Amino acid sequence: MATDTIDAAARVSPLDRLDTRTRVIAAVALVLALVSLRSWMLLGAAILLGILLTTLAGIPARQTIRRLLHVEGFLLILFVALPLTTRLPPFIAIGPVGLSVPGLERAATLALRITAAALVVLPLISGLTPIRLGHALGRLGLPSRLVQVFLFSIRYIELLRAEARRLHDAMRLRGFVPATDLHTLRSYGHFIGQLLVRAVERAERVNEAMRCRGFAGRFPLVTLERFGAADIAAAGLTALLAGGLLLMDRL
Amino acid sequence: MAHIPDGILSLPVLAAGTLAGAGGLMLGIRRLGDRDIPRTALLAAVFFIASSLAFPLGPTSVHLLLGGLIGLMLGWKAFPAIFVGLLLQALLFGFGGLTTLGVDLVNMALPGVALAAAVRRFVDAGHPSRSAALVGMAAALSVIVTAGLVGLEIALSEPAFAPAVGVMAAAYLPLAAIEAVVSAFVTLYLLKVKPEMIGASAFTGTSP
Repeated sequence: MATDTIDAAARVSPLDRLDTRTRVIAAVALVLALVSLRSWMLLGAAILLGILLTTLAGIPARQTIRRLLHVEGFLLILFVALPLTTRLPPFIAIGPVGLSVPGLERAATLALRITAAALVVLPLISGLTPIRLGHALGRLGLPSRLVQVFLFSIRYIELLRAEARRLHDAMRLRGFVPATDLHTLRSYGHFIGQLLVRAVERAERVNEAMRCRGFAGRFPLVTLERFGAADIAAAGLTALLAGGLLLMDRL
Repeated sequence: MAHIPDGILSLPVLAAGTLAGAGGLMLGIRRLGDRDIPRTALLAAVFFIASSLAFPLGPTSVHLLLGGLIGLMLGWKAFPAIFVGLLLQALLFGFGGLTTLGVDLVNMALPGVALAAAVRRFVDAGHPSRSAALVGMAAALSVIVTAGLVGLEIALSEPAFAPAVGVMAAAYLPLAAIEAVVSAFVTLYLLKVKPEMIGASAFTGTSP
């Protein structure tokens, strides 16, 4: 999952023609504009834009819905409390519980905002492979050591996940069934401890191998991506959209 | 629940969180020597994997945060490690938001780093049970501080949410207890197997 595979059969979406840097910057700009919108009409328009981008990126509807549900899940507790607790004249009162109109309005604005932001981020960012994102962040000027840590992590997550699977299989073969008890906690503690030990020992071997090859804290970041006409167009469009939304919201 | 999505927090809270997150990252990167890069990256990978472990709790399950352990093993380098984890979670699972990356980073990294710095001196292989108890306490406290920070940020952004914040913080208490026990057992294990990984002499400094 974390590794980049070049899949010849994979559909190339129009978004993939853009420089990754353009996608990252466009996503940040659009989300920053979205989170300060107050008008429901404009938020609705932003949601439509998000749906358009998602279709353009060719992301299956099921995946989109699953991610949206996860994001909205965060709101659930807050949502239940918000209309109930705003100390304003109640809209309907059922016994001691009153639903207030301003509370409901706030809740709806937040839900629209969160949905719009998630729909814009999903196609622009989540469609990227980790390695593409790492290289783009490096070329955007993030500290090179941070980018190295990111690229190394991606490289070794798959390997460590396989270690974790082996350890877990071994536990299951000995009859381990997770339950709410001290035994499970102790087993998980030893499991995580062993995983940490293996990771550090592997890091030492990797480090020695890297130093033998003259590693000095830096990898060259190689890419075929160029900031081209399509990127200028996309950047212009993003600036127009973000600026337009903000202006229309304030006027 | 430690990942705040885009669209909830107000701009001043986002700006403050982003600045604090960037500051922590810079401090961490400054301590990151050439030799520390693979170690930090592999530990980040382990914490990323371990945070997807689900511990059954009655009818539901909770996911571990492990902020206390990360802080103990990496010191300020926990900031880059957790940042990497957050980026990967956003990319692969769509957890959390883009504008909230800095806020989430502070919420998850700062309590662990600060509390671990306080207990690190007393963690050594000579006193395993004292060490485990201290690490467990730091782990539980760091979960509670994380929950408090999340609640505070939400309440500052939207004062109407303030009453709900208490409900949220209470929801973190079982997780705090579980983290305390798991972290204590990890400490006991590491002190037996590889004591140089944890405790006073851990890799929190910079290697050339």
